[in-house]
Amino acid sequence: MVDIPHEASESAPPAEIEEMELPHAHGWWSTYVFSQDAKVIAVQYAATALAIGAVALVLSWLIRMQLGFPGVFTFIDAERYYQFITMHGMIMVVYLLTALFLGGFGNYLIPLMVGARDMVFPYANMLSYWIYLLAVIVLVASFFVPGGPTGAGWTLYPPQAILSNTPGQQGGIVLMLVSLILFIAGFTMGGLNYTVTVLQARTRGMTLMRMPLTVWGIFVATIMALLAFPALFVAAVMMLFDKLLGTSFFMPTLVEFGEQMSYGGGSPILFQHLFWFFGHPEVYIVALPAFGIVSDLISTHARRNIFGYRMMVWAIVIIGALSFIVWAHHMYVSGMNPYFGFFFATTTLIIAVPTAIKVYNWVLTLWRGDIHFTPPMLFALAFIVTFVNGGLSGLFLGNVVVDVPLSDTMFVVAHFHMVMGVAPILVIFGAIYHWYPKVTGRMLDDTMAKFHFWVTFLGAYLIFFPMHYIGLMGAPRRYFESSDIMFMPESAIGLNAFISIMAFIVGFAQIVFVFNLLWSWKHGKDAGSNPWRATSLEWQTPQTPPGHGNWGKELPVVYRWAYDYSVPGAAEDFIPQNQPATVTHEAPA
Amino acid sequence: MSAILVFLAVLALAAGWWLARQGLMVKPWLHADAAGAIAHAPRQPAAQIGLGVFLAVVGSLFALLISAYVLRAEMGDWQAVALPAIVWPNTLCLLIASLALEWARVGITQDDLARARTSVLVASAAALAFLAGQLFAWRLLAAGGYFVNSNPAVSFFYLMTAAHGLHVIGGMFALARTFERIWNGDKTQRIRLSVELAATYWLFMLFVWVILLLVLSGWAGEFLSICGQILSGSGIG
Repeated sequence: MVDIPHEASESAPPAEIEEMELPHAHGWWSTYVFSQDAKVIAVQYAATALAIGAVALVLSWLIRMQLGFPGVFTFIDAERYYQFITMHGMIMVVYLLTALFLGGFGNYLIPLMVGARDMVFPYANMLSYWIYLLAVIVLVASFFVPGGPTGAGWTLYPPQAILSNTPGQQGGIVLMLVSLILFIAGFTMGGLNYTVTVLQARTRGMTLMRMPLTVWGIFVATIMALLAFPALFVAAVMMLFDKLLGTSFFMPTLVEFGEQMSYGGGSPILFQHLFWFFGHPEVYIVALPAFGIVSDLISTHARRNIFGYRMMVWAIVIIGALSFIVWAHHMYVSGMNPYFGFFFATTTLIIAVPTAIKVYNWVLTLWRGDIHFTPPMLFALAFIVTFVNGGLSGLFLGNVVVDVPLSDTMFVVAHFHMVMGVAPILVIFGAIYHWYPKVTGRMLDDTMAKFHFWVTFLGAYLIFFPMHYIGLMGAPRRYFESSDIMFMPESAIGLNAFISIMAFIVGFAQIVFVFNLLWSWKHGKDAGSNPWRATSLEWQTPQTPPGHGNWGKELPVVYRWAYDYSVPGAAEDFIPQNQPATVTHEAPA
Repeated sequence: MSAILVFLAVLALAAGWWLARQGLMVKPWLHADAAGAIAHAPRQPAAQIGLGVFLAVVGSLFALLISAYVLRAEMGDWQAVALPAIVWPNTLCLLIASLALEWARVGITQDDLARARTSVLVASAAALAFLAGQLFAWRLLAAGGYFVNSNPAVSFFYLMTAAHGLHVIGGMFALARTFERIWNGDKTQRIRLSVELAATYWLFMLFVWVILLLVLSGWAGEFLSICGQILSGSGIG
């Protein structure tokens, strides 16, 4: 028997562990519907996000039906096509990815991982979800108003977004803007909770530098979202003023159908600045939680401590800060001053440095690890590869001279789908496979999970790799019909059909995933409290699924960081965060 | 976008200063020990931290509105419009509301509930007067033929005063809650927290309004152009 030596700590003081007053549910409605328990709210957020995400998936099929087989499906006309791409993009970016990472994983994991009983403002947390649901309902309602949803493209650029020839110009655009305003108001309530809970409700011993990287990722992403979403809020309100009250914030002097419109002097570029001041941080609002989660998945399933924890934390913070000064790289073709282009290209390339540090550290964590190819690990590995691929094409587009010819081609579509579509969604799947046993107490079926993984991973590459190629040939994005463009060869038309077929196959694989979620809820193998033999606090709860208040009578006390895997001399290959350092262990043979 | 970038730079400095004190240089893999040995830092209530974060969000919103104002003002059709004179007495009302709440803050630290109650009532009355005055400013503009879509400068006046007014209305609910707590004889600790939160919020609302006033009246622009002239005259800029 030997003691494991450790240096004395001089780390920052931990948060106070004052017991909070928990709102107790009385009856079914306040337990499962209007619940103030972050875990229930997390499931509500996740279920709603996945449901609206399924709508976006169907929309992507409709888009691909038109692109792959133009003229075959006559019910898809140009108007509907634009409505499909608009709603697909906005739903995926805002209502699925943001809501699921922050509202879903944030709500479930933050209190459990920092050792809190719940979020610090449970009522505001509950309100946050219901306002989010209202935002989703308003968005969906736009499908049913005269003229249908807006078809302005997910960026909603004026003046086109509110001109009379744009689909959804009557009610659709108004409902979209109102929905976004509601979403932001709801998110702010949730975001305040996530931030203050991390700052104030960490348990004794849980210093900032002992927090799992998942919490760091969600924490920094939340702060970014709190500061970036107001830009979208301002843009949405100002556009509503232009649309409903006839102001000219964004609307320039226009002649429509031979008639001078009442607008005059407004600046569409002003909208672009506001939109992308939100839009670029949004990429990292989605990416940072994914970075954090992947770090934890890799460490746990490779049984190795995360390599370069401090650098991983610093990189998260630096990426968060830098992402606020790169927004205009989305506007290289807007006629900006070339010196601005130079500045924004430089900041864009600088952000690749901390991002590359993270990639190296993930790979070095895997190096000589005891890698278990569990579903969470497979998805985490797939994420690293995909993020590197998507990031590399980002280096092309970050350079002004390369971006100008590639702008508005399918290359851009392929790039952002790889880097902020496929990559974070792979993390979402990995995270669901990883934490589902804690949420339900049961394991997801492994065979279905692996089928889901391979079809999704390989299928996504078969969809988006050819798309880069089509883009390099000059195929424009946002075109309803591009097969009769002269420079498009037969092979490109064939590739488009192939991409569409793959999109259907990948889409149908998601049905297996949803079936697995539902089937395993009742019939899955019993998970026990810590099936992955993980160190972080959420796996140390006295009950699985964790009960109201998470921790029974006493809050856990944290003695170490979250990555003590395969510690030499330790009896087990993991040491939970709440295990004291003085515990003795079996001596190595 | 300079206004929002300056605002975020200030926030980043504050966050950097705070993070630098959080032991980001420690090597957590070497620091497994008895957590009980680590001293507790003096803490603030979660509500105060929550308010601080919320004010950062509100600050970001107004900084973005100001950024939009500055960018829009560069367009060729921009025509500045004189502000209705009533905005100055309105500002005085907001100042009175804020001072009254500071007075309440002092009163509550001395356990003087009566003073706190009176101060909160005065603040509420002043805040109502401010809101009524702002509505009157809108009516004055409309009477002068300046509607929300008449001119971009006027559009911004309506938009910014509406955004600020909605936040003031939100603050009225906080005042009502504070008054209710004092009236019902709630725990002193809770009343104190409530008064402190309200005072901080209203001070921030006053600060935002003064900045908006400087921007809308054109004084901020003049001040910056004078600074620019001085810098270029001295060879710095």
